[in-house]
Amino acid sequence: MEESSSRNMRREEAKKVRQKTVKKRSTEEEEEEQDEIFNFNKKPAEEEEEEEDEDLSDSEDSVFSGLEDSGSDSEDEEEEGSNDKEDGDDEGLKTGPEESEQIEEEKGGVTHKKQEDEYERDSSDEEDIRNTVGNIPMEWYRDFPHIGYDLDGKKIYKPIRNKDELDEFLDKMENPDYWRTVHDKQTGSDIVLSDEQVELVNRLQRGQFGDVNFNEYQPQVEFFSGDLMVHPVSNRPADKRSFIPSLIEKEKVSKLVHAIKMGWIKPRRQDDDSRGRYYDLWTNEDSSILAKHRMHLPAPKIPLPGHHESYNPPPEYLFTDEERALWEQQDLSDRKFPFVPQRFSSLRQVPAFPRFIHERFERCLDLYLCPRQRKMRVNVNPEDLIPKLPKPKDLQPFPTTQSLVYRGHSGLVRSISVSPSGQWLASGSDDGSVRFWEVRSSRCMKTVQVGGAVRSVAWNPNPSVCLLAVALDSVVLILSPSLADRQVVSSSERLLSGQQEEEPAEGVGPVTWSEGEGEELNQGIRLKIQHPKAVHQVAWHAKGDYLASVMPDHSSHLQVFIHQVSRRRSQNPFRKNKGLVQCVSFHPVRPYFFVATQRSVRIYNLVKQEMTKKLQANSKWISSMAVHPGGDHVVCGSYDCRLSWFDLDLSTKPYKMLRHHKKAVRGVAYHRLYPLFASASDDGSVIVCHGTVYNDLLQNPLIVPVKVLRGHVITHDLGVLDVTFHPTQPWIFSSGSDATIRLFT
Amino acid sequence: MGGLQKKKYERGSATNYITRNKARKKLQLSLPDFRRLCILKGIYPHEPKHKKKVNKGSTAARTFYLLKDIRFLLHEPIVRKFRDYKVFVRKLKKAYGKTEYSDVERLRENKPSYKLDHIIKERYPTFIDALRDIDDSLCMCFLFSTFARTGKCHVQTIQLCRRLTVEWMNFVITSRALRKVFISIKGIYYQAEVMGQLITWLVPYQFSHDHPTDVDYRVMATFTELYTTLLGFINFRLYHSLNLLYPPKVSLSLTKLSALSSSLARVVSTAEEEEAELDQFPDEGEDIEKLEAREKEQKQLEAQKKLFDGLKFFLNREVPRESLAFVIRCFGGEVSWDKSVCIGSTYEVTDETITHHIVDRPNVDKQYINRYYIQPQWVYDCVNAKIVLPVEDYFLGVTLPPHLSPFVEEKDGDYVPPEKLKIMALQRGEKPAHGQEDEEEEEDEEEGEDEEEEDDNEEEEDDEEEADEKSLKKMEEQRSKVKVTPGKMKVENPARLEEEEKAEEKRLAIMMMKKKEKYLYDKIMFGKKRKVREANKLAAKRKAHDDAEKSKKKKKTRK
Repeated sequence: MEESSSRNMRREEAKKVRQKTVKKRSTEEEEEEQDEIFNFNKKPAEEEEEEEDEDLSDSEDSVFSGLEDSGSDSEDEEEEGSNDKEDGDDEGLKTGPEESEQIEEEKGGVTHKKQEDEYERDSSDEEDIRNTVGNIPMEWYRDFPHIGYDLDGKKIYKPIRNKDELDEFLDKMENPDYWRTVHDKQTGSDIVLSDEQVELVNRLQRGQFGDVNFNEYQPQVEFFSGDLMVHPVSNRPADKRSFIPSLIEKEKVSKLVHAIKMGWIKPRRQDDDSRGRYYDLWTNEDSSILAKHRMHLPAPKIPLPGHHESYNPPPEYLFTDEERALWEQQDLSDRKFPFVPQRFSSLRQVPAFPRFIHERFERCLDLYLCPRQRKMRVNVNPEDLIPKLPKPKDLQPFPTTQSLVYRGHSGLVRSISVSPSGQWLASGSDDGSVRFWEVRSSRCMKTVQVGGAVRSVAWNPNPSVCLLAVALDSVVLILSPSLADRQVVSSSERLLSGQQEEEPAEGVGPVTWSEGEGEELNQGIRLKIQHPKAVHQVAWHAKGDYLASVMPDHSSHLQVFIHQVSRRRSQNPFRKNKGLVQCVSFHPVRPYFFVATQRSVRIYNLVKQEMTKKLQANSKWISSMAVHPGGDHVVCGSYDCRLSWFDLDLSTKPYKMLRHHKKAVRGVAYHRLYPLFASASDDGSVIVCHGTVYNDLLQNPLIVPVKVLRGHVITHDLGVLDVTFHPTQPWIFSSGSDATIRLFT
Repeated sequence: MGGLQKKKYERGSATNYITRNKARKKLQLSLPDFRRLCILKGIYPHEPKHKKKVNKGSTAARTFYLLKDIRFLLHEPIVRKFRDYKVFVRKLKKAYGKTEYSDVERLRENKPSYKLDHIIKERYPTFIDALRDIDDSLCMCFLFSTFARTGKCHVQTIQLCRRLTVEWMNFVITSRALRKVFISIKGIYYQAEVMGQLITWLVPYQFSHDHPTDVDYRVMATFTELYTTLLGFINFRLYHSLNLLYPPKVSLSLTKLSALSSSLARVVSTAEEEEAELDQFPDEGEDIEKLEAREKEQKQLEAQKKLFDGLKFFLNREVPRESLAFVIRCFGGEVSWDKSVCIGSTYEVTDETITHHIVDRPNVDKQYINRYYIQPQWVYDCVNAKIVLPVEDYFLGVTLPPHLSPFVEEKDGDYVPPEKLKIMALQRGEKPAHGQEDEEEEEDEEEGEDEEEEDDNEEEEDDEEEADEKSLKKMEEQRSKVKVTPGKMKVENPARLEEEEKAEEKRLAIMMMKKKEKYLYDKIMFGKKRKVREANKLAAKRKAHDDAEKSKKKKKTRK
């Protein structure tokens, strides 16, 4: 409030100032005399003080000039300043001191400014001619007693200003004309403005013209109107060049003509909207063009959306939390859907799909960047792929069910063998015993402790003798279990005794023959054949006189021995080492000898003493081998789960590779009468196959797996270790690592 | 030995392919121009069988085109236009640089332009070929017609797209070719059958697009250029096939919607041609059953075309008008909307003859008694089911039944959602022969979905119970006799034994398969098993969900 009031005050004062100036100009002559009187009466000392005051007021004026809203002359404001100074103390203590402080502060800077600017105030339309000094800052006369010169060149003296502030105040209070009194600085006199002058000031302040009679809104006279005038503005005759064709233009035109002729610029083309005009493009359809693009593949269509994409899918199509987490983790290409199925309860809640443009763009890229290829999709009924085989029912008899289990061994049973009569079963186990079982009753008739893990047992195939070959460590034992009728026992005894005569002659050599003695004799061990190395397998010749033993060894040629039991003679048939021998077998009818090495099976003619054939088993490591009783076929089992079936008449390559087993094949066996063969594996199963060979050579041999027999328990990663058929019945025995022997009938 | 040594990579597959850069050089085109040419001509890269051989021993990743294709491009008149355009741009730049604005103007007027008519004709020699390939063009045009004038493409293109799509929709309405509609989260799929070709297109929802930065709009624009030309010619042909005037007198300044509300002027003002009835030519090769089935299908189709005949719809302001108006008009219904929402409305809300009022808000203040207030999904579901579904499930504020995709055709073994089964039952119920079933099903309908499911379950349970009871009886009988004869057990065994035997037989036979076949067989079986697994998973999920719902309901009722 205070501020605003002071502002108002200032405005009033400004008004007054203006009034004063106006008055000054109009009544200059009247006051001339008075001024002179004042001037003469003035004292120099006081003058000095006054001048200082004025200076102060000047500076103050310049400070506030920017703040004042009126754009009045500086001269007038000087007056105002002095007025201000005079009023200041009277009005009150509120504003005075502050202002003076400001003044004090800015005094130095402002005075400098003023000296620079002092000529700017000089205006030529100065009318005051009583004082001839002109429009100059009056402070130049500060130090003089006079204030200027009149028209006659006489000094105008400063009036004697003996009006102090009290006088001023009294004047303000009492004089009714005080508000229209103006101090003329040039003459130093006070002038009272007349009513006309006040009116003029008011008008000017309102932004009106000073002259009351002046009409601002006089009707306008249009100078340049749209009306045609009869007379030209200038009467100058036309130039000559306006009649003559322009050379420059001619040049330009000829250039353009030339450019058009040469086809450099084309004439303006008529706008044809043929782009948007359509017609029947396919009026005459011909497929001749089609023939050109036989290579062209139409782009596949975008797959149609499923229930997942619905805005309101059935609840089962929404993601569960796990599925969603999985979806977020997955790579973009692995995702089944590129979006998360969502459910909205109503159509208005469905938002825009954020990847819509992306998807369309990707489709575009696919269309022009992706190589296309016609993929032949095999539309096969999987049932058609399964080969049509004769029903196993039609191929009976074959063993189907497990009927007996022979328990008694405590270690894994490595080898079993059935007597040629089919009544007895011999088994050799890691517990160091050989047991004899009666097949039908599963009774253990006899146990022979041989003192070492039995690797292999083999019953003499000759039905007229009853002998068993047992391989353990580096010894091959010939046992006579005496489990047959007397005639047979005696014939076997004869066979064994006949050997004795020859024995001394065969003293030297790597193999030593010795007879069983004492306790061993009681157990039935009749002969011991000591080998230089550990024996892995023994095999009889069909006649029952010859016995082959295998000692696998990389480094020597001493791997196979053939023993003649009747003459107690041994010989090593091979001079060279042809690889690690896995197992051997005699041809059941002809004088052939089969030797299975790691990768192949060699067939030697024993009469001619030469190799007749080498069968490639196509497997890494042969584990077992069996020869068909007819001698035409060989089956090899291998540690890499394969079973290869050879037809000796056809080829040295396996006729059929069977990968039935999941694990290593341990044993294979042929049936003597029925067209059956079996394989035993570490996966605990025995697979019985029916293998028919037709007499008609055009018909391919038929191999059909007929039964998978399970029963053995896998222990120490070993399943079934050996398998053998009953000589007459379609029965099969298998021995396993679970220390049992099982009979399947 | 005489003759020169044959050089490598001068024979065989190496000469049949050409890398992209070489092709570009051969055609003397910049990469963008080459791309444009490939798009317009429909040339795509080829993957050679032996990449290394074609790549002259290098294994670097390269794009290969068939040399034949590139030679084919050499004779394309548009290539010259591309070069002209390049020259034009150069001249324009020069004129600008010299500030010769009159030249600029002149050049602008003579801007080289090209037409794609011959390319369309070449790519699609027959009309059917063109129709077959129209899916993408429709999708693209519908997308572009929703673009705002944001400078992503020319305004003319947007307008042209809008015009063409409206024309297409009008054609579909007039020919009543629409078959299926599907509201997905991406947009709305429509499927129409035009001249025996199934045409599917996707229309985005009416929202302003959030233009992605990693999309090259030039490629899209080139495609659109081709597609608009194609669609224009197809529209022309289709309109003429219906004896309609092309271009139709649809004021394009108006929105789509108003265009959809008026029918089209025919060239020949004949009465509606009677639908040519399928003549019966009993071929020797064809069975009568097949023929009958075809006839039945035809009848069903006819029925579907007149699905909404005689129904009067009113669309509330919050439902998607374009889509609904299009669908309803495609099936013969009348449709209108509030006058203040959009022009083109034909009758007011107060019209007493309105049968269905489509609303997508929980409730409406003022309801008229003689009309159904339904949610928009009803219309789409009706179209897909090919029958007018009962409206009860679609009333205001009711939880909507799931919206199923009409494009899924379940084979046996696939998982079929129970809702689909329900609809299928309804469809079968339309036959007059099974009136009883119809009624039953309707009753079931009234009871509600959940209860029906319960019924199903109960039925199953009943079956089980029956079986249990039988076995119990047997047991009792057995108990009553002192002797338990094991023979009865054997009676059941043979079947099982036989099965087992068969299974074993099969297993053995599989063992004898050749390696190659086994591989294939295993693959097929793996796929089949996976399918079964997925179906089972869905069924289990559904069951769990239903159980949860039921238990919730029970809790509520207890409270």
